[in-house]
Formats: sequence, structure tokens, C-alpha cells
Amino acid sequence: MRRLRAIVLLLCLALLGGCKAVVLDPSGDIAIQQRNALLGSVGLMLLVIIPVMALTVLFAWHYRQSNTSARYEPEWDHSTQLELVIWGFPLLIIIALGALTWMGTHLLDPYRPLDRIAAGKPLPASAKPIEVEVVALDWKWLFIYPQYGIATLNEAAAPVDQQIVFRITSSSVMNAFYIPAMAGMIYAMPGMETQLHGVLNKTGTFEGLSTNFSGDGFAGMHFRVASLSAADFDKWVAKVKADGGALDRNTYLELERPSQNVPPRTFGTVDTSLFKLAVNQCVEPGKMCLDEMMAIDAKGGLGLAGINNVMPLVYDKYARRGSGQMRAYVAALCQRSSTSETAAGTADLAHQIKAPVQLSPSQSAAE
Amino acid sequence: MNPTLQHAIFGRLSLDSIPYHEPILVGTFVGVAIGGLVVLSAITYFGAWGYLWKEWFTSVDHKRIGVMYIVLAIVMLLRGFADALMMRLQQALGSDGGQGYLPAHHFDQIFTAHGVIMIFFVAMPLVTGLFNVVMPLQIGARDVSFPFLNSFSFWMTVAGAVLTMISLFVGEYARTGWLSYPPLSEAAYSADVGVDYYIWGLQIAGIGTLLSGINMICTIIKMRAPGMTLMRMPVFVWTTLCANVLIVAAFPILTAVLALLALDRYLGMNFFSNDFGGNPMMYVNLIWIWGHPEVYILILPAFGVFSEVTATFTGKRLFGYTSMVYATIVITLLSYIVWLHHFFTMGSGASVNSFFGITTMIISIPTGAKMFNWLFTMYRGRIRFELPMMWTVAFMLTFVIGGMSGVMLAVPPADFVLHNSLFLIAHFHNVIIGGVVFGMFAGIAYWFPKAFGFRLDPFWGKMSFWFWVVGFYFAFMPLYVLGFMGVTRRLRVIDDPTVHIWFVVAAFGAVLILFGILSFIVQIAVSIKNREKLRDLTGDPWNGRTLEWSTSSPPPAYNFAFTPVVHDIDAWWDMKQHGYVRPLTGFKPIHMPKNTPVGLILAVLATAFGFGMIWHIWWLAIGGFAAAIATGIAHTFNYHRDYYIPADEVLRKETERTRLLSAKA
Repeated sequence: MRRLRAIVLLLCLALLGGCKAVVLDPSGDIAIQQRNALLGSVGLMLLVIIPVMALTVLFAWHYRQSNTSARYEPEWDHSTQLELVIWGFPLLIIIALGALTWMGTHLLDPYRPLDRIAAGKPLPASAKPIEVEVVALDWKWLFIYPQYGIATLNEAAAPVDQQIVFRITSSSVMNAFYIPAMAGMIYAMPGMETQLHGVLNKTGTFEGLSTNFSGDGFAGMHFRVASLSAADFDKWVAKVKADGGALDRNTYLELERPSQNVPPRTFGTVDTSLFKLAVNQCVEPGKMCLDEMMAIDAKGGLGLAGINNVMPLVYDKYARRGSGQMRAYVAALCQRSSTSETAAGTADLAHQIKAPVQLSPSQSAAE
Repeated sequence: MNPTLQHAIFGRLSLDSIPYHEPILVGTFVGVAIGGLVVLSAITYFGAWGYLWKEWFTSVDHKRIGVMYIVLAIVMLLRGFADALMMRLQQALGSDGGQGYLPAHHFDQIFTAHGVIMIFFVAMPLVTGLFNVVMPLQIGARDVSFPFLNSFSFWMTVAGAVLTMISLFVGEYARTGWLSYPPLSEAAYSADVGVDYYIWGLQIAGIGTLLSGINMICTIIKMRAPGMTLMRMPVFVWTTLCANVLIVAAFPILTAVLALLALDRYLGMNFFSNDFGGNPMMYVNLIWIWGHPEVYILILPAFGVFSEVTATFTGKRLFGYTSMVYATIVITLLSYIVWLHHFFTMGSGASVNSFFGITTMIISIPTGAKMFNWLFTMYRGRIRFELPMMWTVAFMLTFVIGGMSGVMLAVPPADFVLHNSLFLIAHFHNVIIGGVVFGMFAGIAYWFPKAFGFRLDPFWGKMSFWFWVVGFYFAFMPLYVLGFMGVTRRLRVIDDPTVHIWFVVAAFGAVLILFGILSFIVQIAVSIKNREKLRDLTGDPWNGRTLEWSTSSPPPAYNFAFTPVVHDIDAWWDMKQHGYVRPLTGFKPIHMPKNTPVGLILAVLATAFGFGMIWHIWWLAIGGFAAAIATGIAHTFNYHRDYYIPADEVLRKETERTRLLSAKA
């Protein structure tokens, strides 16, 4: 471990100093293991890369045209031994790297709960992880702490050396949630929930950001994470509670509107059902949630009649995003006028065609 | 005007669609307009319209079409590179506490356009251009299987490029990144015409690419000279074959996924939207099932070029031909089962991620084998460091770094901390510039005398080489560092002041590359000016090994007066070793395809169709589409598609070549 740190330090020095290579010198156990996987793979590959580069330079120099003393064998084009080496040696390295990859990928799967706090520091049996629900909004991050009933915007905090479980979604487009000092990134996607387990082993303030382009305000989608001692974290929670502010469905709908470079904000109380509603795209009262719709579909759906349920749902919130364009849907419901099921029945169909339904922003807001 | 009428005539297009309030765009437009006028008046002044129309625009000659592909690529390179410079400048200025000089609306279009143009309208035309110029000559054919289709393919690629360029001055381009992930690219979040320009530009160009792929495969399978078994094909022909197999198998996926996105946007369907069971992850999977093979479509031909160049300039048979061929085939097959490595971070399980990580690493084995084969071709060779060989050595040293960073990204735990960062940007520029671009420059320098009959000026070539190579390292090594500092891609403004210096270095590198590009253009101009001094009378200026060097430079329209007979991998080398004597008599009339403007006309109609679809000008879209179909059908009734070059004329040309060869001797 010390050697690794020395390598990192050397690398930093070589890079003119002044470099904060957070990926190479992180502060959380997961990110440290990811860094080690990175350096391990580099080490393995350098076993081939360095000889290849050296030989390229050597051969290019030695066999230059003007060096007439070098051997010249224009017809030599095959050597079974050499072929064996050039296929076999990389194969061996890839087998080693593949094993490393298989283990590392499973051990560092973001969905996998931690089994240690840091190297040589097992997870205490009694410790309960800190749960954080994360919603990527246009263009800011919302953090809900369901265990504490508080929420924050564009800032987060966590107690040091405690497992943190993030459950992540997005309100509109794809983003990626990344705190480089803590652990690798995971996409935040609308209508879906992803998870990330991490821990911070040092106190301090760390950067977090979105790493998947999400539109005009993307560059401003970053936040600070404070890693605090247990006592300081309790104080922080108490302060957030004392500062007041409530995050309910209406406040969420307001927050969700596109805005850029939003300063941090805290909410002393929070509607804890909000995350589930956000994942299911039904924070607006009266909307059918995705999970309910999927449950109906799983039971065979409502058939054509279900279209009446579906029609009023415009999850994409066109108008609120500011794009202003509303979609018109043409829904045609065809019903047989008679109960006869003859082959000629198609001719008997009476078509009940519904007029195009236009959803205007005022309508959906009024709902 | 009545708004309904106006909408019926102009669709969404109005005066507001012209970005006359953006000084950068107006300035560009003025520049382009003046430049365009100069070119057009020059053509008129020299009375070159008839020549251009007869000899180039309507030509179905594979060599001419190949050259036009490369000209298109170079023109589009200027646009794509201008975008790159603007991005570097914005990030250099925007990391110093300021906001830079570009608003988000403009910056987001620039990085999208840069990616799309560089891949689809620079790299693709470059490789397709080389396929066209070189491959038929290397297999001893007189043209491709379907010469008209070839012309049509080229002009469809131009149509896609034209639509993309129009977006600069009419409306705007997509602000989504070069792969236009939904839901951001859905109508809900990108209501304007940008994504529509993206869709139709790529759909129209994609038709050209796909058809050209079919054409190349048919040509290689059916039109090889007698004696050229598959295992005697030059390696460039092998890589051309594999790349085109990839094109034919992969491009329909792109067409399908863009069609689904278009249905979402135009008809309110929900394939990839957030609602009604739509799933954006499906788009991401599909587009990368095309996107990863696309990477190999670009790099395999470059590998082919390096194989030809190394063998020629070391004066040696290529080491391990058989393993080179199998490595190419293995890469072709494996390239279909690695796509998920572009989104390990989308939440697939550990087993899925490991599978795709390991398949990705396995690709590095055949790639490594290729690297060793070039290395051992140099071993005990006698290396002439002409320009193509310089590019090859630069490639070998640069590409291994890119390969290494690629395998790092293939390790999922490492990818979780580097994905989407500037490390990733550095990686793929490292392999695309260090591999594809270096390869294409090597190929252009190598085959230019074959196509035009004179060599490229070596001084300016070396200037271009050094500016490119050094510029590349200055421009992209800082991006590796920035990736380790946790800086992600597509950021317009970066608040952390410690990153500033690296962006400045990268911008400096971009300026060096600019000089590289300018030197390349100067190189061409100087070479044209000094063409008599650089003239290649032998047709074999590099002491080559493959069949293209057996004919004159430039080759006659019929390429070979007699179809050569092949006895060895290095067919021409073999012929030279065995005292080949050019036949001087006994010529027969040669059957050749006739020129036709139909490909060009179809592409103009396709452009009109695309423009109509983009702006919702339905009469134009329907009219353009119907006219294109009608023209296509009408063309099938054209039975006068071929002619014979009389034996006398062949004799005259061959006698002239004999005279030149003996004058040289």
C-alpha cells in the first residue's frame, strides 16, 4: 500500500506538482480498491507495452536503411516459436487480468453492500448504513435522508467510516452520480433506480458531480459532500432540522423545473414517500405511477380500455422543462358493434374514433 | 402571411431560424461564403465546370470516387477541427474562473457536431476513399462490382454531410452529444431541429455507407484476379473485407435505432421515452451494438495500411501473414460481443460487466499479435524512413498507449472511476488519431503517387507529421491527467482552478495540430506546383509488393490492360523477381461502365427530402422522396450503361507507357 502511495506521489510530482489526482488518491475504501485495480491492470500491461515500445525504437533504429551492417533477410516471414510467444504471452497476461477483473467486478459491484470499512477494518455487526436517496433534477442534485427526515439540495454530508447506501434516480434525463473520492459512478436514470454503496474514510469536504451530459446546465451540476465525525454529523442533522423548510410534493415540482447553478439548500422536513414517487414518475398528484401501471400490465393489462388510463399521463413534463412543445395523441378505440365473431366481422366494426386529445400545460398543472 | 399557409410552405422554418444574432456564426458564414465564391469563380474562370462534371461528378470510376471521398473528408476535417479548436479554447477560458466565450447553447452543439463530423464525415470517408482507390487495384480488378451503386453511395455520403453543414447556418445542430442518448434527444427535451438534423444526416449518409459496404464485399469475393486465393490477398484487402462485413452487419442497427428515435420524435411513439414503457437503456444498447463495430470499421483498414507500408518500406515479406489474417478475423467477430463496455456504469450486474470486460480484453490479444507482426517485419529488414513509414512508427508507439488505456477502461472497477471522464476522451482520441488518422495519412502519402502520378512533397509532409505527432501528445496527455483529477467530459465551465493549466497545454497541442493540418494542405499545394519534379513515371515509386504498383501512375481507366495472374501473396514483388515482361501487343477491347449523373441527382433529392423532414416541410419531404424513388426506377430502364474501350486506344495508352518507362530507364 505504501509503495502504491509512493507511485502516486511520484506521478503527481512528475506532473508539475499542484495536481490533485483524486482518482489516484481517493479517500474512500471502494475508490481506493478501484484505484488499485486500475494500477494493477497497468502493471500487468506494462509487461508487454514496455518491451514493445523498446523493441519498436530499437528495430527502427538498428534496421534503418543506412545501417548496412545490420542483417537483412527479405524472405524471412515466419517463425513458429515467435508466433507462439506473440500469441501466448499476451494471452497469459489477459488470463491474469481477466481473473483480476472477475474478482474485482464482483467485489466492487456498486450494488453489493460493503463488508469492510477499510483495509483491516471490518464492518461492525451493529452498524446500520446511512441511507441517502438521490434524485438528479435539471440541473441540480436532491438528497433525501429518510432516516432523519431531512433533505438537501446540491450539498450532502455523511459520517466518516460509515457505510452509505445511495438509491439513485433522475427526474427527466440521464445523469451519472459520482463522488470521485468515495466510489465509482453510477447512472441516474428516469423511471429507474440504481444503487451505490460507499464509505468515506477521511473527514473533509469532497466534490461530487454529474458525469453524463444532461443539457444546458450540466456544467453546474456539482455539489460538495462533507465527511464528518459522528458527533459533527449529528450536529449537522440538527442544524438542517432547525433551519426549517419543508420538502413536499409541491416544493419538489417547483424544484424539478430546469434551473442552473443553484446554490445549496436544506429542508428540515421531507415527505419520505417522495423518492418512490420520483422513481415512478408520479409526484404530481393524480398521476398513475409506473409501478401501478406495470402491475396492471403484469396481470394482462386492461386491453384497449387501458388507453383511457394512459391518455392523461404525460410524464415527460414537456412544458415544465421549458421546451414548450406539447404532444397530441390520437387514440382510436375500436369496438365490435355486435357480439358475432364471424370472419366477415371486420366489416361490421363500428369505429368509435376519439378526437385528438391535447394536453395543455395549464391542464396538467391543474391536475 | 397567413400563419397556416406559411406553415404549409415553410414548415418550422422562419427568418428566426437563421442565427444572424450570433456573431461567431455570422463571421463563419461570411468566411464560408467568400471562400465558396472564390472557388466557384475560379472554377468558372478556368472553365472547369464541364471537366468536373464529366470527369468527376458523374464518374463511376472507383479511383475518381475514392479521391472524391478523401476530398470530402479533408473538407469536413476543417469543419470538425474548427469545432475542436473552439472547444479547447472554451475549456481553457472556462477553467480560469470565467465563463469562457461560448454560451451553453452553442458549446453543446459544437461538441456534438465535432464527434459526428469526425466519425461519420471524416474518418468514414477517409477509409471508404482508400477502399475505393486501392482495393480494386490490389486485387487486379477493373472496377468495383457495382460502379453506379458506388457513385450513388458517395453522393449519399455527401448529402449527409451537406445536411450537417446546413445546420450551421439554418437552425441548429443537436445539443446531445454525438450519440444523442434519449431521453435528452427526445422531443420533450430537444424540441428544436438539432436532433432532426442529426437523424436525417446520418440516415442518408448511412444508406451510402451500407451500399458501399455491400459493393466492396462483392468486389472482393467475386472480382479477384485469377490465382488470388483468399490467403493470397494483400492484408489491406483482408482488412477491407472485414471492415465491410462489419459495415453490412452493423449499419442496419444504426439505421433501425435512429428510425425508432425518429418515430418517437415525429409520431409521438415511446420506444425510448420515459413514459408508456419506453426505455432509454434500449437505445444505449442498440446504438453501441452498432458503435463498437464502428470502431473496428475505422481501425481495421488502418491496420491494413500499416501492414502494406511496413512490408514495402522494410523491403521484406510481412511477418506472420497467416496470423495477421486470423487476427483480423478474430477482431471482426469479437467486436460484436463487447458493446456493453461503453456503459458498465448503467447498473448491469457484476457477471454481465465481467463478461464484457473480459471479452474486451481478449480483443487486445489479436491486436497485440498484429503489433508484434509489424515489429518482426521490421526485424532484419532494411527500413526506408519515407513519410508512410514515419507515420507507421509513430502509430506503433502511440497506439500501444491508447491500447493500454483502453484495457484499463475495460476493467469494470477501473471504468467506474474513469468512465465519461477526460481520460476516456484521451483514450479514444489516442486510438483514433494514433491509429486511424496516422494510418490514413500513411495511406494517403503511400498511395498518392498511384492516384495522381506524382509523389507528395516530403518536406511539408514531414512538417505535417511532426506537428501532428507532437501536437497529439500535447493535446491529449493532459486529458489523461485531467481524467485522474476527476474532470468529466462535455463541461463548458470548470470551477476548479487547478485544472486550468492542463487545459491550456491541451489547447496549445490543438494549435500544433492546426499547423499539422495546414502543413498537409500546403504539402498538397506544393506537390501540385512541383508535380513535374515529383513525377512517378514507373508506376512503382516505392519498390512496392502488391498489384497496384504493376500498372501506371495514375492507372488508365481500365486499370490493367490484361488481368494479372497471381502466384504469391506479394504478387507484384513475385512478378518482379521472376522477370515479368509487360505484354506490348495483343490488346482486346475492354468492357467498362459508363458515367452517369443519376447518383448525384438521387443524392440531391435525398437532401431535399431530409431538409423537408427536418423542418416539417411536408411537401418537400414527400416530393423529394417520391422523386428519388421515381428516378431510381427510371434509372433501371437505362440500358446504355456500358461501353468498350477500343483495342486501338488501349494499344495507344500502353505504348505511351512503354515510351515513358524506357525514357526513365
